[in-house]
Amino acid sequence: MSTAIEFKNVIKAFPKRGGGVQTVLDQVSFSIPAGKTTVIAGGSGQGKSVTLKLILGLMRADGGQIIVQGNDVTTIDGRALEELRTRFGVLFQGSALFDSLTVYENVALPLRERTKKGEKEIQDQVMSTLARLDLTGHENKYPAQLSGGMKKRVGLARALQLKPEIMLFDEPTTGLDPVMTQDIYHLFAETQAQEGFSSIIVSHDIPKVFNLADQVIILHEGKMDVFSSPEEIQWSAKEHIREFVLTTMGEIYQSHLVER
Amino acid sequence: MHRNPIERFGDTGLYALQDLGRMAIYLAKAIRGLFRRPFRFREVLRQIQFIGAGSLTVIICTAASTGMVLGLQGYYSLHKFGAEGMLGSAVSLTLIMELGPVLTALMVAGRAGSAMCAELGIMRISEQIDALDCMAIDPFRYLISPKFLAALLSVPLLTVIFDVVGIGGGYVAGVTLMGVNPGSYIEGMRSSVTNHDIQLGVIKSFVFGLLVVWICTGRGYFVKEIRGAGFGAESVGRATTQAVVLSSITVLVFDYLLTAVLL
Ligand SMILES: Nc1ncnc2c1ncn2[C@@H]1O[C@H](COP(=O)(O)OP(=O)(O)OP(=O)(O)O)[C@@H](O)[C@H]1O
Ligand SMILES: [Mg+2]
Repeated sequence: MSTAIEFKNVIKAFPKRGGGVQTVLDQVSFSIPAGKTTVIAGGSGQGKSVTLKLILGLMRADGGQIIVQGNDVTTIDGRALEELRTRFGVLFQGSALFDSLTVYENVALPLRERTKKGEKEIQDQVMSTLARLDLTGHENKYPAQLSGGMKKRVGLARALQLKPEIMLFDEPTTGLDPVMTQDIYHLFAETQAQEGFSSIIVSHDIPKVFNLADQVIILHEGKMDVFSSPEEIQWSAKEHIREFVLTTMGEIYQSHLVER
Repeated sequence: MHRNPIERFGDTGLYALQDLGRMAIYLAKAIRGLFRRPFRFREVLRQIQFIGAGSLTVIICTAASTGMVLGLQGYYSLHKFGAEGMLGSAVSLTLIMELGPVLTALMVAGRAGSAMCAELGIMRISEQIDALDCMAIDPFRYLISPKFLAALLSVPLLTVIFDVVGIGGGYVAGVTLMGVNPGSYIEGMRSSVTNHDIQLGVIKSFVFGLLVVWICTGRGYFVKEIRGAGFGAESVGRATTQAVVLSSITVLVFDYLLTAVLL
């Protein structure tokens, strides 16, 4: 099985106010298999978003290596980094929509700037994605006129446009109602089956997202624990994981296991 | 944590050096962005509309009042020597070589520079610039270089407008109000302003335009790196203030340097 992304002893620390450092990732190693879905979970502020930014080269690691499809993002720069980024589709935690562009223009932007497609073709593709995400009728609104969940979906639509090889989703369903959440995960599974991308999903919806996950990583105090199945998590002997199972998954998780 | 003054001085020095280095690389990337395809022609037009056309009112008002004050003030001084005939020459040289380029740049910094800084600062803190990076859309080509080109085209043109309106204002104050001979106003101007003087004014306006757009957009782009600016909306506010102050001071310093070197 080939590897899409590999972390080798990665360290990331931030200087603390008034001296000292806060170590967010402490010699973390794991790998993301190609064509599979990895879910990263963990409490707030544990470094999930930072992990995604490290992969994209938006932040630099303080130690170790991050290998993305054979390229070490901790050392590459300029054109090479730009080229590498063309392989990603990214949904930021805060959506990061361009607030001077409409919904339609936001979603069309990667197609207009990065492909040679004609306006007609772009329109067809954008409108069909918007329709799938239940955004039809909102295409002429500006991001400031959207709800939080709508922004998430527009961000998602934008990330899906260029048929990337690796998808990074930072909390794609936070702020969405349960029905929409289910729909979005459905859409993921479907598009992934069609396009075969590798994906990393940062999510708190542990029970729901387990249907998609081929691997689950739990981030806690700078360390990562990798699990290849939900059952494995439940059997874990580690204290913080047991606690995590109890608090975040609780009974829903139990019943979900029975269904499987 | 308390640190001794020498340490703090060293820190500030290092920060300044680092900042300068960052800004130099930024400038290089902005210039490179001008040559990357696809060229964003419409965005350049939009920015010219914003920086150039949008600044017209404030430029014309400033120029008219400056010109009229120069006319009155010049008349008052020259009258003492019975040299009112020199008024046209005095007003036009002052405007073309000094006040036109400097005041235009200061007005553009206050009006358009601050807005460009805030725009980029907000895009930075809301991760919109990161998003461009991730889509492999060069933020320089897409966002910043068009502002550079627009400023480099608009500021010299605005300066010319400033000069013309100012000279007109001087005419109104000196000739119409104070009764200086119109022929001597025009003739004084024609005989004393040389090509070299005009060139100096044009060079200045180019340099000032570059300084303003460079510093103002750069402060916004690096809003997270500005020391002591804080976070979020506050940091954008501070960066914008810094952009206007820093670009105004730099323009004044360069005004002196260019005059000393090129005069
Ligand atoms: N630019 C930064 N400067 C300093 N510290 C940072 C920075 N970015 C993140 N951190 C710190 O790193 C830690 C991890 O942040 P991160 O955003 O990755 O959390 P997260 O796991 O995504 O949490 P959440 O679920 O709330 O989104 C936090 O303690 C945060 O304070
Ligand atoms: Mg996060």
